[in-house]
Amino acid sequence: MDTIFALASAAGKAGVAVVRLSGPRSWDSVRALSGTVPEPRRASLRRLIAADGTFLDSALVLTFPEGQSFTGEESAELHLHGSVAIVQAVLRELLSHDGVRHAEPGEFTRRALENGRMDLAQVEALADLIESETEAQRQQALRVFSGALGGKVETWRTRLVRAAALLEAVMDFADEEVPVDVSGEVVELIDHVATDLRQELHGFGSAERVRSGFEVAIVGAPNVGKSTLLNAIAGRQAAITSEIAGTTRDVIEVRMDLSGLAVTLLDTAGLRETGDAVELIGVARARERAAAADVRVFLGGSADGVESREGDLHYGAKADLTGDETGISGVTGQGIDRVLSDLSRVLSERASAAGLVTRERHRAAMQAGLEGLDTARLVVLQGPDEYDIAAEELRAAIRNLDALIGRVGVETLLDEIFSSFCLGK
Amino acid sequence: MKHRDFDVVVIGGGHAGAEAAHAAARMGAQTALVTMSADGIGVMSCNPAIGGLGKGHLVREIDAMDGVMGRVADRAGIQFRLLNRRKGPAVQGPRAQADRRIYRTEMRAEMERQPNLWIVEGEVVDLLVETGTIRGVTLADGAVLRSASVVLTTGTFLRGVIHIGDERRSGGRMGDKAAVRLAERIDSFGLPLGRLKTGTPPRLDGRTIDWSSLDMQPGDETPELFSFMSHAPTARQVSCGITHTNARTHEIIRENLSRSAMYGGHIDGVGPRYCPSIEDKVVRFAEKDAHQIFLEPESLSDDVIYPNGISTSLPQDVQEDYVHSIAGLENARILQPGYAIEYDYVDPRALDLDLSVRAFPGLYLAGQINGTTGYEEAAAQGLVAGLNAAARANDRERITFSRSDSYIGVMIDDLTSRGVAEPYRMFTSRAEFRLSLRADNADQRLTGKAIALGCVSEQRKAQFDAKMEALAQGRERLSALSITASQLNDAGLNVARDGARRNGLQILALPEADFELLLPHDPELAKVSTDIRRQLGNDAIYANYIDRQARDVEALRREEAAIIPAEFDYADLQGLSRELQQKLDRARPANMGQAARVDGMTPAALTIILSRLQREQRKRPA
Repeated sequence: MDTIFALASAAGKAGVAVVRLSGPRSWDSVRALSGTVPEPRRASLRRLIAADGTFLDSALVLTFPEGQSFTGEESAELHLHGSVAIVQAVLRELLSHDGVRHAEPGEFTRRALENGRMDLAQVEALADLIESETEAQRQQALRVFSGALGGKVETWRTRLVRAAALLEAVMDFADEEVPVDVSGEVVELIDHVATDLRQELHGFGSAERVRSGFEVAIVGAPNVGKSTLLNAIAGRQAAITSEIAGTTRDVIEVRMDLSGLAVTLLDTAGLRETGDAVELIGVARARERAAAADVRVFLGGSADGVESREGDLHYGAKADLTGDETGISGVTGQGIDRVLSDLSRVLSERASAAGLVTRERHRAAMQAGLEGLDTARLVVLQGPDEYDIAAEELRAAIRNLDALIGRVGVETLLDEIFSSFCLGK
Repeated sequence: MKHRDFDVVVIGGGHAGAEAAHAAARMGAQTALVTMSADGIGVMSCNPAIGGLGKGHLVREIDAMDGVMGRVADRAGIQFRLLNRRKGPAVQGPRAQADRRIYRTEMRAEMERQPNLWIVEGEVVDLLVETGTIRGVTLADGAVLRSASVVLTTGTFLRGVIHIGDERRSGGRMGDKAAVRLAERIDSFGLPLGRLKTGTPPRLDGRTIDWSSLDMQPGDETPELFSFMSHAPTARQVSCGITHTNARTHEIIRENLSRSAMYGGHIDGVGPRYCPSIEDKVVRFAEKDAHQIFLEPESLSDDVIYPNGISTSLPQDVQEDYVHSIAGLENARILQPGYAIEYDYVDPRALDLDLSVRAFPGLYLAGQINGTTGYEEAAAQGLVAGLNAAARANDRERITFSRSDSYIGVMIDDLTSRGVAEPYRMFTSRAEFRLSLRADNADQRLTGKAIALGCVSEQRKAQFDAKMEALAQGRERLSALSITASQLNDAGLNVARDGARRNGLQILALPEADFELLLPHDPELAKVSTDIRRQLGNDAIYANYIDRQARDVEALRREEAAIIPAEFDYADLQGLSRELQQKLDRARPANMGQAARVDGMTPAALTIILSRLQREQRKRPA
């Protein structure tokens, strides 16, 4: 049984952030971080130190013995200072412990259930809770993978499927007309993906990536005043505004701090049908980003090609011209405070569900996947006699990348094999 | 007082039926094997070969349970080859060309020899159903056989239709009639049915083939047999010929495509991608200018040749033309034209892990009727259905296999949770625990289980116990060794001189290591037999990987232990998408492990199912 952990409190800046651990190695992890295991069920102040000696935080540590915890397993709680950077660092440190991993959505609850630690009323309420948690993660993943990275992920999948299929074909169809040695092509495929992963992991490390939190897209018809609103909110001239429709051709981003949450505001190109090739690209990109954002602020009614979803905000535009008292105006500042407080409310709710954990999960997946690919590569180079081991290593690497590239089942491999080779005697 | 004629009735004497009847009888059940003709027991309708990759694993597993396929194939084997011999033992697959006549004779003899087993000739036309439970069968002559369970193994006989060009006729196999009345009876059960197709090549007269112009492929010098009880081949060993199609062959086929049953639109069934007709090969891989053909002798006692690689549904005159365009076959005489066959199958998602039909207690299905292809897949299912039919008759617990203990478990889990889109065939890549599910250790994995069930002969039990004892002793001696890196280097092994000490098992896991080099360190090891040495080596190679998978195996076993009742109501579950509800309803996963493998499943949905399971359990009085 793995030991699992997760940030149990809402993501974002807060007084306290609680990280929860459950499973047979929970106390081992606590010992690794704080040197000792505090007396069970008693709050104890401890200095948390990483394996490399780095001081992480001064934290309140609680331990619970098996049979006397929420999940029924040996477990622990770390009450950290609520800084994104500290939480991130502690989660990453926990991940380096053997037999310890991020919890799946709803996994704590599931273990509590399996161990008979929940009563009927709690079970009844469970379905909704899990579903909302999963939806938040799905949205999060969509955002991480939109645009350029989304395309890359697709090529990773294609290449890894091909690599695994080649190895399997050589073994499963040894008595048919298949190549005997596919090491060259397999290594080439693995190298492509490994190089990409290395680049992405490098990007993940930068401070800006860590701080980037939620994305909010401002959408609406051209020239409805989106850029003016963005500028009013950001308090500075980030986007070029003009009276000619279609000025903002690309997506313009402004990062800001909203009630302690990191927020990126996106000013998207005006959404409308257009014949201008350059503008067309801008519009397509805007739709993609807007669709992947956590929240959309619709200005002046609907926007072509972007669906409104639950939690999105809608406002009348250019109140300074229309005289609409409930509308907003970037020019006069009318209603801007309301936009900010609405946004802050919506995002705080969201923060409790997803947030940085998902991103950290993806980073961990890439790291593990990369290590797996490096091992697999070495075995593939040993030649066809070792393909049974090579295939196993590659399978493990691909499984680590599940969260990014999707599950690769045997049917996927067989599809690739049968479309590449003429098999069957 | 039991009012029945037999405990178990098995319908069909093919590979699934024979294995099912034998397994049920081994379990002590009074068993009737009902077949249209006793001559049809053990007939190989397609290619005269047993085993191969994945399939060879299945044969070994059947044998480990004391089934018949392995030992019969050994007696009938006229050419043995271990596929992937140079690769790791996990992907080695034993395969043999089998003499069709010897196979049939020996299989029938096995059936006749087995206590508790009766062969009944007749056509089953009806199944007796009383209050939703199967109670026996009715034969065409009106005779009624009452039984506690019935195993149905009708192969391609359910509404079988044979196609040669635009000719079509009803038939279960060339020369045999289809089971039409039984098919109509099964219709009335409302089981989900589908249609599949498969094909065979024309059979050639070996005396009209110019062998002198062809390459020949002999068997292995040291034959690897199927059964853990066999020692050496008994039949004379022969070679197969190899030839190729050519541009002229392809031209003939292309010109006549519209006359093929498959390409002329006469066939609706889905065929297997790994067993394409020559028409398919020429169309789908147009850039290839030659396809390999193996010329396989069907028997030592006749001249029939099975040209493996050119199955077809073209009209007979076109078959003549393209066969004659092939090197060595210029004057070959066709003894029986190739044909395609379409047949009904039951969506195996209607079955439970013991291969019983969920809706009709007492009825078990095995073989091609479940959408599989291949003798070995059929026999393995027959084994499972037979064991369970007997268990039911004797009020014993059902017998299931897991993905973590066997290819049999992998196959049955795949079939019952995912269904089939094309005829299902075993591949080693389907087994996620491939490194531990090997052909060489099938007995270590399953014979203990079989002994516990009581379906194993005394002789096999004694041999197995002795082998396990020898392995344990060998392992113990090897673990006790402690050899330094420099000692290994002195012995010619290239390892880092890191000062580390290794025991014998760790050394055998090294790529170049050989058992011989350990002998100086413990003279007692010289007494270890060649077979045991090889087995210890095979087990050692993957030890690290098997340890690494132990957690996955444990997780799987835990999920498999969480049983989902057959009547579980998915429509009633809040928080599941409609689509997922429907998929689950169709697949009816037997446990949480199967549920996790249903297409589109999410961790959240699994938790919801689990929560309902727990709630229902608590509702039930303790």
